[in-house]
Amino acid sequence: MKRFPTYLLLTLGAMLFSIPFLWTISTALKSSADYAKEPARLIPSHPDFSNFAKAWTALPFPTFVWNTILITMICTIAQVITGSLVAYGFSRFTFKWRNFLFFVMLATMMLPGQVTQIPVFLVWRNLHAIDTFYPLIVPAFFGGGAFNIFLLRQFFLTIPRELDEAAMIDGASFIRIWWKILLPLSGPAMASVALFSFLGHWDAFESPLIYLNSPEKYTVSIGLRMFQDSYGTNFEQVMAASLVHILPTILLFFLCQRYFLKGIALSGLGGK
Amino acid sequence: MSKRSRRRWVDRQEFWGFLFICPWLIGFLIFTLGPMISSFVLSLYKYDLANAKFVGGENYRRLFTQDPLFWKSLKNTVLYAVLTVPLGVLGSLLIAMLLNQPVKGVRLYRTLFYLPSMVPAVASALVWQWVFNADNGILNQGLAFLGLPNIEWLQNEKYTLFAFVLMSLWGIGGQRMIIFLAGLQGISESYYEAARLDGAGTWSQFRHITLPCLSPVMFFNMVLGLVGAFQVFTSAYIMTSGGPNNASLFYSLYIFRNAFEYFKMGKASAMAWILFAILLIFTLIQFAVSKRWVHYEGESK
Repeated sequence: MKRFPTYLLLTLGAMLFSIPFLWTISTALKSSADYAKEPARLIPSHPDFSNFAKAWTALPFPTFVWNTILITMICTIAQVITGSLVAYGFSRFTFKWRNFLFFVMLATMMLPGQVTQIPVFLVWRNLHAIDTFYPLIVPAFFGGGAFNIFLLRQFFLTIPRELDEAAMIDGASFIRIWWKILLPLSGPAMASVALFSFLGHWDAFESPLIYLNSPEKYTVSIGLRMFQDSYGTNFEQVMAASLVHILPTILLFFLCQRYFLKGIALSGLGGK
Repeated sequence: MSKRSRRRWVDRQEFWGFLFICPWLIGFLIFTLGPMISSFVLSLYKYDLANAKFVGGENYRRLFTQDPLFWKSLKNTVLYAVLTVPLGVLGSLLIAMLLNQPVKGVRLYRTLFYLPSMVPAVASALVWQWVFNADNGILNQGLAFLGLPNIEWLQNEKYTLFAFVLMSLWGIGGQRMIIFLAGLQGISESYYEAARLDGAGTWSQFRHITLPCLSPVMFFNMVLGLVGAFQVFTSAYIMTSGGPNNASLFYSLYIFRNAFEYFKMGKASAMAWILFAILLIFTLIQFAVSKRWVHYEGESK
């Protein structure tokens, strides 16, 4: 039992990390009477699913979910496609200023969003795009952020160039090489980027808060906040609504967990 | 290849390479560089969405000399960063090292540690608001179980900031931990074998192999962690709205209020630029100090 301390630490830590989850699930399943009992019990005496139904109908929740799905889907696809094009450019071509531009791109990771937020808002305002989805969607079509591009570029560098060259001799165009060789071989990296990008948009709070005004355009994030305002004391229902928000991200994580961890590990983020 | 066709090949490379990075380049000009410059110009104006008036450095002067909330929000944020960045980096390193051991069920553990960082920020804030609930939140129930008195985590300004620090630790098993794990797995086993042959103990192996090999990753995590800590917003907006008595008024929240609640666009832009300057200085310091402790492979020291 040489590894006993490791197991002990891991198990204790994992339990500690799971408590908020278990607590959320348990609260969401409690009836108001059960909830008021002291001391609170982790396992509800009678699991009660009515909180979900109440949360679902109390607000235009289905609309929020649909809006969020729409925005998230478009942005994720746009980011993966444009991000991989940019990564292809940075990983396979030599051109003037390439290294400088790559450095500039990495440097933008350190730029706080607040520095650009206000002018970008003013531009959208002048374009009369406030309270539309455009300010939330359009930026996703421009490469999808430095971290994603970096991840994809690192992964592309691990794919042997001989494959590109062989295809080129067969007369394939650059676009074809990107589509037929690099993309199919980059499953893990693409899955990681898609997951980050999905989470980023599913999760987004500040920009929907700034840009969306009418409740029928709300995303789940700001809808939840509205829910908290009107039902703040009914923690059972707030927790049920939160679970609805959490569930898709967790499901997606389990679905692409295998690819995802590989994608990051192989991208040589290990400090190279 | 003849000279001419090589020349054509180079031109083609230049053209297509540039074309492929265009989405990023155009986005950078429209959504980053352009707004950065206009944000600076705006910071020299008084602008409330209706009238604009050039005031020069007045926004900055007022922030520094006449706005106690500016200083308070800065103090809160610096304290939050000073507490969360080192704790977060060390904590995620510790978890990564535990998960790098050949233990059974490592995938399950990895998932359990990673899951909290998959929770959307708003949901996470709501869950933690509930964890910190003074009457029957789980944290106080745990304290009561140990015979300790209740703490009004989010109502008493003495504790609020620490509540946020505690909450931030829930996410240390996320991206940062994975990056450390990838780094650990990239260290060649032969280093450790050689060290063991020389009789090096566990601590000495950690100190002389793991730490130097991981230092670039650690540096990366620290720089990005600092940028992230300075931008904490959602949790404060949801859980406390900056209260009580502005104890959790973080810098980003104060920028947001000035810009989108009070419509003081010039002042908010000035604040954003001050934030940028602070982060730039911190990052440059980190880079300068890093020369002493960050070890890049293939580089002699």
